Amino acid sequence: MALDKPYLDIPGTTIFDAEQSRRGYHLNQFCMSLMKPENRQRFKAGERAYLDEWPMSEEQKQAVLARDLNRCIALGGNIYFLAKIGATDGHSFQYMAASMTGMSQDEYAKMMLSGGRSPDGNRYLHERQAGPLRVKSNG
Amino acid sequence: MARITASVYTSHIPAIGAALDLGKSAEPYWQPVFRGYEASQAWLKENTPDVVFLVYNDHATAFSLDLIPTFAIGCAAQFRPADEGWGPRPVPMVQGHPELAAHIAQSVIQDDFDLTIVNRMDVDHGLTVPLSLMCGQPSAWPFAVIPFAVNVVQYPAPSGRRCYLLGKALRKAIDSFDAPLKVQVWGTGGMSHQLQGPRAGLINREFDNAFLDRLIADPQAQSRVPHIDYVREAGSEGIEMVMWLIARGAMRDDQPGDPRPKVVHRFYHVPASNTAVGHLILENH
Repeated sequence: MALDKPYLDIPGTTIFDAEQSRRGYHLNQFCMSLMKPENRQRFKAGERAYLDEWPMSEEQKQAVLARDLNRCIALGGNIYFLAKIGATDGHSFQYMAASMTGMSQDEYAKMMLSGGRSPDGNRYLHERQAGPLRVKSNG
Repeated sequence: MARITASVYTSHIPAIGAALDLGKSAEPYWQPVFRGYEASQAWLKENTPDVVFLVYNDHATAFSLDLIPTFAIGCAAQFRPADEGWGPRPVPMVQGHPELAAHIAQSVIQDDFDLTIVNRMDVDHGLTVPLSLMCGQPSAWPFAVIPFAVNVVQYPAPSGRRCYLLGKALRKAIDSFDAPLKVQVWGTGGMSHQLQGPRAGLINREFDNAFLDRLIADPQAQSRVPHIDYVREAGSEGIEMVMWLIARGAMRDDQPGDPRPKVVHRFYHVPASNTAVGHLILENH
């Protein structure tokens, strides 16, 4: 019998479970390697060559090169690991978070200042209308 | 005998550490956050423990995907603040308490909680930001710290129930340590936040405050709340709140008729970067 995964119907959310972890193992371990300054330097000097040292899928490599964090997550990336790419690029976490929501960093920061994204309408897939996630503020 | 005197609960947002380290704590954005901890710092000066048992989670710092322990207890004499990609935070080395840590490990494992014993580990913002919030910027931390890392990176984290019961086993272990130590248990992480995907930025004030209410008055009921409720209501990273139940389970009010712990301080603020800040201090009677 399959495991119960009640979290699959939360909109805009990928839970990093055993299946995602298995899929993203090399992608996440690549991110982990960026904790060392010498590796950050090598990655910056030649991203493609550095990525080719890792047994990642071509799709994963393309997602990293494009800095498409949502795609990275779909392919097994975990945000705590992916954050190390942003750190290497010199970006704040808020910049990375905004990039996944389709908002500018400024719009995202304003949403947070006015109380963040409301859970209303964002709990279940069936609540969602077509189009971007609701950004109704709590404030 | 050692005894648990109080428990402290707080978010451990990395941007708070950065604000402090870069001298931005007086800026209007950060003022409300740090003001919420002024009374706590004064309280801690009056009530300095010998040891803090600090429950936190590692954020892909000490543990990569090579090794994912659900519960890991730091038994070393010292723990270095980790380089998380920007260089280590300029904070003091964390001094451990190997004797008490080893005693706790032995006792708690015999109570059926299979801890991973860690004798070498760097500690990230999950551990050092709570120390900074509660102690400010001293040249040395004023107590020993036993780091206790809980997996909340790969789903599933341990259940709230498991965490709450672990707190009870922890209290039993500390109560049986043969030295007159004052110990505090700190639970950190949360509150509502989601750091990933198009739903990033989720904040749920109602859920957070109901959590605080129930953590104080009915932790048993809160311990039965399933993971999915945290994830759906408080965001994918809101699941960190289960760690607070370890600290709450260690308090001395689990027998019928026991008085509830005294609420010394309660604080809530939105936002700090992407996250809701929650904070609570409870004292045993």
